[in-house]
Amino acid sequence: MKPPAEYYQRDPDRHPPALTPGYKTSVARSPRLAPISLEQSISEITGPTFGPSDIGPLDHDLIRNYAKTGDPIGERIILHGRVLDENARPVPNTLVEIWQANAGGRYRHVNDRYLAPIDPNFGGCGRTLTDSDGYYFFRTVKPGAYPWRNRINNWRPAHIHVSVFGASFSQRLITQLYFEGDPLIPLCPIVQTIPDPTAVEALIARLDMNASVPLDSIAYRFDIVLRGRRSTLFENRLEGN
Amino acid sequence: MTDLPYLKETPSQTAGPYVHIGLSPGAAGFDIYDHELGHDIAGPNAKGQRIRVEGLVIDGTGSPIKDVMLEAWQANAAGHYAHAQGGGPVEDGFRGWGRVITDFATGEWGFDTVKPGQVPGRNGTTQAPHISLWLVARGINLGLHTRLYFEDEADANAADPVLNGIEWASRRPTLIARRADRDGHVIYRFDIRIQGDAETVFFEI
Ligand SMILES: [Fe+2]
Repeated sequence: MKPPAEYYQRDPDRHPPALTPGYKTSVARSPRLAPISLEQSISEITGPTFGPSDIGPLDHDLIRNYAKTGDPIGERIILHGRVLDENARPVPNTLVEIWQANAGGRYRHVNDRYLAPIDPNFGGCGRTLTDSDGYYFFRTVKPGAYPWRNRINNWRPAHIHVSVFGASFSQRLITQLYFEGDPLIPLCPIVQTIPDPTAVEALIARLDMNASVPLDSIAYRFDIVLRGRRSTLFENRLEGN
Repeated sequence: MTDLPYLKETPSQTAGPYVHIGLSPGAAGFDIYDHELGHDIAGPNAKGQRIRVEGLVIDGTGSPIKDVMLEAWQANAAGHYAHAQGGGPVEDGFRGWGRVITDFATGEWGFDTVKPGQVPGRNGTTQAPHISLWLVARGINLGLHTRLYFEDEADANAADPVLNGIEWASRRPTLIARRADRDGHVIYRFDIRIQGDAETVFFEI
């Protein structure tokens, strides 16, 4: 068997460091010692796989998947894009999961006590598998901004949380997407954990008029890039043989 | 530097306090999916020793963190991963992947599985039985990778290339789960210390 190839190392300048004092919670939740570099083995180049039997037919449709008495309140949107790797290859059949606040900025969560109301018709989570081109789409409502306890008057820009698996545990990623034109983006201490402004740009979903459905939903496009993988192995083989 | 046409990885952002809504909605307080993913790691047909793993995730003040989501990835008892490049077949229903959250009141987490077997390492080495763990929470900007090894695999642990690759031998025990059987069940205790004395070893993989 051809030994499996490893993934490119993460670019530390692309991600927020562990300790970001402007985001206060990170102070006591950040390791003080450097992570140990681990040469990838079979444990790292494999990861969980998912199939159509894992998800239900409405799981990608947040307008319908928790509707009880009608549609949820809010601006109807389509969120779509592709999952690619750093070699620009599509990542097919991978699980994409999202969660978000409702149009008023309130989460359906036992620990969220923000005064904006719960929407009886909105759960706030969805999941789907990418197709063979790495394409995914969700239908939802645009989430509202909400205040949070960090400094006294901090507000999160409208955002959707995104979880992606890829083909291996090395590619596992959770992030958040923002919406083009939101004036709260540059003010947000969580956005500001990312030191590189061009990296922040990669988290902003773009208005996509071509994909909008006339008289129904406006569309935002968000492509996700996971770590790429070497195609050539040299002497340092992953498996001894 | 030559400008090669690589894309750049999407940056990470914290999973935040409400990760449960997306990845474990029952815990957030509502029922939406026919079945939530990651609740059954080994499945009913897995061979090998049934075990339970439990622990806390502790912050730099010594307090348990109560909004963590952990994911586990492991081989079956034969040392095979449920993956096309996983080294061999696995039992029907064995996924080797699980997802667990810390209790909102106590911070305790735990999952049931089978003890994994040894798997190949690089360059002809053999890795001791281990479970790869990945954890996210509010305040964690990029998910943390670590590994859980087993106290009662002392010989295999002593030969493990990853444990031996940790320069400070004094830090290696932070990756060893302690046997703590209860009521006839095989239980391993694994507390993860994010920061401070005996900080757990985390890996850049
Ligand atoms: Fe959020």
